[in-house]
Amino acid sequence: MALIARRILPGYGLTLGITLAFLSSIVLVPLAALFLKAAGLGPSDWARILTSPRTLAAFRLTFGASAAAAGVSTVFGLLIAWVLVRYRFPGRRILDAMVDLPFALPTAVAGITLAQLYGPRGWMGQVLQALGIQGAYSPFGVFIALTFISFPFVVRTVQPVLEDLQPDAEEAAATLGANRLVTFRRILLPTLFPALLTGFTLAFARAIGEYGSVVFISGNLPFKTEILPLLIIGQLEQFHYSAAAVIAASMLLVSFTLLFLINLLQRRLVARSH
Amino acid sequence: MSISIQHLTKSFGSYRALDDVSLDVPEGSLTALLGPSGSGKTTLLRILAGLEFADPGGARILFDGVDVAQIPAGDRGIGFVFQHYALFRHMSVAENIGFGLSVLPASQRPPRKEIRERALDLLKRVKLDGLQDRRPSELSGGQRQRVALARALAVQPKVLLLDEPFGALDAQVRKDLRRWLRQFHDEIGLTTLFVTHDQEEALELADQVVVMRHARIEQSGAPQEIYDQPRTSFVYEFLGEVNKLPGDRYIRPHEIELKFAADEGVDLTGRVHRLFVAGPIARMGILPDSPAFQEIEVWAPREQVREMALTDGDLVGLRFPTFPRLPLKS
Amino acid sequence: MSLRPVTSESLPVRIVLIACAVGFLGLFLLVPLGLVFVEALRRGGSVFLAALTDRHALSAIRLTLFAAAIAVPLNTLFGIAAAWLITKFRFKGRTWLLALIDLPFAVSPVIAGLVWALIFGAQGWLGPWLAEHDIRIIFAVPGIVLATLFVTFPFVARELIPVMEMQGTDEEEAALTLGAGGWQIFRRVTLPNIRWGLLYGVLLCNARAMGEFGAVSVVSGHIRGKTNTLPLHIEVLYNEYQFSAAFAAATLLALLALLTLGLKSLLELRLGSHSSIRH
Repeated sequence: MALIARRILPGYGLTLGITLAFLSSIVLVPLAALFLKAAGLGPSDWARILTSPRTLAAFRLTFGASAAAAGVSTVFGLLIAWVLVRYRFPGRRILDAMVDLPFALPTAVAGITLAQLYGPRGWMGQVLQALGIQGAYSPFGVFIALTFISFPFVVRTVQPVLEDLQPDAEEAAATLGANRLVTFRRILLPTLFPALLTGFTLAFARAIGEYGSVVFISGNLPFKTEILPLLIIGQLEQFHYSAAAVIAASMLLVSFTLLFLINLLQRRLVARSH
Repeated sequence: MSISIQHLTKSFGSYRALDDVSLDVPEGSLTALLGPSGSGKTTLLRILAGLEFADPGGARILFDGVDVAQIPAGDRGIGFVFQHYALFRHMSVAENIGFGLSVLPASQRPPRKEIRERALDLLKRVKLDGLQDRRPSELSGGQRQRVALARALAVQPKVLLLDEPFGALDAQVRKDLRRWLRQFHDEIGLTTLFVTHDQEEALELADQVVVMRHARIEQSGAPQEIYDQPRTSFVYEFLGEVNKLPGDRYIRPHEIELKFAADEGVDLTGRVHRLFVAGPIARMGILPDSPAFQEIEVWAPREQVREMALTDGDLVGLRFPTFPRLPLKS
Repeated sequence: MSLRPVTSESLPVRIVLIACAVGFLGLFLLVPLGLVFVEALRRGGSVFLAALTDRHALSAIRLTLFAAAIAVPLNTLFGIAAAWLITKFRFKGRTWLLALIDLPFAVSPVIAGLVWALIFGAQGWLGPWLAEHDIRIIFAVPGIVLATLFVTFPFVARELIPVMEMQGTDEEEAALTLGAGGWQIFRRVTLPNIRWGLLYGVLLCNARAMGEFGAVSVVSGHIRGKTNTLPLHIEVLYNEYQFSAAFAAATLLALLALLTLGLKSLLELRLGSHSSIRH
C-alpha cells in the first residue's frame, strides 16, 4: 500500500538511475576492484603480508591509538557537550562553533600544525618534554592527532541528546533523595550511553582511517609510529600493489566488523529502553 | 503532615508566577490546585517539592510548623509524581520503585533484597503485581502512572504531590484512575496535593479545592462550597457552564426552571434554539425576547422536554428560582 | 545550603567543569589555529606574500579550485537525486542504499586513493590499455578529481536526506494534484524548502574537496606545478623545511575552514537546528 502510494511522485526511474550510476562508478566498482585485487593473492600470501612484524605493528598502533583516542574523546566530548549545553559563560557560542574546526580544517594543515606544536621546539612539545614525555614522533603523538580529529564526533552526537533531555527524570531522582553525582551515574549516564557509544564509534571509525593529521606528527618510523594508511602508501610507492590491496582490504574488513558489532550492541540498547 | 504556605511570591524574570500566595493544607486532606495554564498552580506545587524556590522575602513554607525553605528536595519528606511520570527508562519497574531506597546513605540503606521486597509490596498496593521486571516502555499510560505513584510512596513521604496526575491519559482510564486514587487516599490518609486544570476532576476528587488565576488564589474551600458560592465571576465561569445575565449576575444552566411562556412566575420568555436531547439531560439555547439578555443556555430533564413537546422555535418561559446571584467581587 | 535548582551543580563544580572543557578546547582548537598564523607570519609579511604568490603555489591553488569545481557539482547532482529517491519513495533495498551512500565515510582516504590506482595505475586493471592510448589518469589531474569525488561522495546526500525526510511528501503531492510536472515540483516546491540544507551540504562538500589530502596524495605523484593541490603543496614545503611558506599556504586553507564554520553558524541560525559537519 505504502509502496504504491509513495510512487505517486514522478522521478523514481530518473533518480534511481542517477543514484545507482554514481554509486557504482564512484564507490562500488572501485571498492570491488580493491577486493578483487586482494583476492588475487592466495591465503599464504595474505598470511605473509598480514603477519609480517611491520604490518602487525602498524595494525596494533592504528587500532590501539584509535581506540585510546576515541576513548579519551568520549570522556572529553561528554564534558564539552555538557558544559556547552548546561552552563552559560562568556565565549560559549564561539567555542560551540569552533568545535567543528577539526571537521573543517584540512588534515594537512592540522598535521603540520600539531607536528610543530608538539615537536621538540614547539610550545606543547617543550611542556611535555619537561614532564619527560615525547610529544611528536612517538605513538603519543599519533594519539594526540587522532584525538584532535575525533573528539568533535562525540560532542556533536551527545549535544543534541542533552539539549532534548527533559529535566523531569533528574528532578524525580532529586525528590527521591539522590544527589547530583548519584543522579549523573545512575540516571544521566545510562540515558546518554547510546549517544556516547555512537559518538565513540564515529570517532573510532574516523581515527582508524586518518592519514593527513597523523603523518607529520608521527615521524613514520616502521615498527614504532607507522600507521596502516602510511604502510599502504609505502607499499604503493614500491609498486607492491597487491600487498597494498591486501592490507587495505583487511583493514576495511576489520573496521567494518567492529562497526557492525558496535551497531548491533547499539540497537539492542535502544530497543531495550524504547 | 499539615502544610502552611505564607506570602509566597515567585518571579521568572519579569514574569510573576505566584503573587503573595498563602494557603493552609490540613493533615490528611486531599487538596486540588485548580486553574487554567499559567495560573501558577504547578509552580506552587514545585516550590513545595523543593524543585523551585520562592523569591527571597517574607515567604514561609511550614511542614508541621517547621520552615522547609532551606531543605533540599530529597530531604523534605515529599513524594512527587510528575506529569509525564518521569520514570527511569533504563530501569525495570521494580528498580524504579526501589530507586529512592537504593540512594539512601549506606547507614540507612536497606539490603538489596529488602528493597526489592518493598518494591514488590508497593506494586501489589497499586495493583500491578507481576509487572516488576517490565520496562516502563512496556506499560500503558495508566500503569506508568501507578508505577510513578509507587515510586514516590516508596520513600515513605509525609506529603504526596501530583502534577496533573491524569493529564496524559485517555478519558476512560482517567475516570477509573481518579476513583482509584480517591480510594487509595482514603486508605493511606496521606496529605496529598494535586494540580489539575479540569474542574470536574477537582470537584469529584478533592476535599479542598484551591482555584488559582493569574498567580493568585482566587478562592479555596470544599468542592460544594466553591461550586455553590463562587466568590468571583472567574470562579463561576471556570467551574462549569454558566449564563451571564445583565448586571454581572450569573446562573448555571441547570438552575433555570423551564416553563410554558404563559405559566405563572415566569421571569423571562424566549424561543428555543438548537435543542439537543441526545444524552441524560436536554440542552438548549433560549433566545430571550428581551433585548437586554443574550442567549441563555438551559439544561432540563429529558422527560420534561418530551412532555412539553418542545421543538426549535417554540416560545417558552424561564424562571430563575435561585435568582441570579451577584459574585462578591469581580 | 544555598538555593540552586536541583538539576544544576554547585558553583565550584561548575567552574571546574567549565575550566576543564575550555582548557581542552583551547589546547586542541585555539592554540593550533593561532599557531598557523603565528608560524606563517614568523618571518615577516614579505615572506608570507612571496609564499602565496609563488608560481607553484598559484598552480596548486588553481588545481585545487579545478578539482572542487568538478567534484562538488557532480556530487551535488548525485546528492539531490539520491535524497529524492530515498525520501520520496519506499522500495526494497532502501536501507541498504542508505548504508552504501555512507560507505565512503568509513573508508580511509588513503584507500580512496588506492582504489583508483588499482584500476587506472600502471599495474592496474586498465593500466596497459591506458598506456597504449597514451591516457594518464593516475599521477595526473583526472586521478585527483576521481579521488576527490570518492571522499566527498556522501556529503550533500547526507545533509539533504534528513531535511527532506522531515518535510515529507505532502506538498509535492499537492503540487502534483494541481497539475505540476516533476521538474516544476522540484524547482518550485521542493527546492525552496531545502535550499538552506542544500547550501549547507554543498559548503561541507566543498570544504572537504579543497582540503582533501590522503586520497589525493596517493594518486597525485606530487609533480610540482602540475599535480600538486594546495594541501599537497603544503606537504612538500613542510618536508623541505620551508616552514613559513608551508604555514603561509596553510593560512589559506585555515581561512577556508573558518569561513565554512562562519557560514555554517549562520545557516544553523536559519535552520534553527544543531547539525554538524561530519567526516
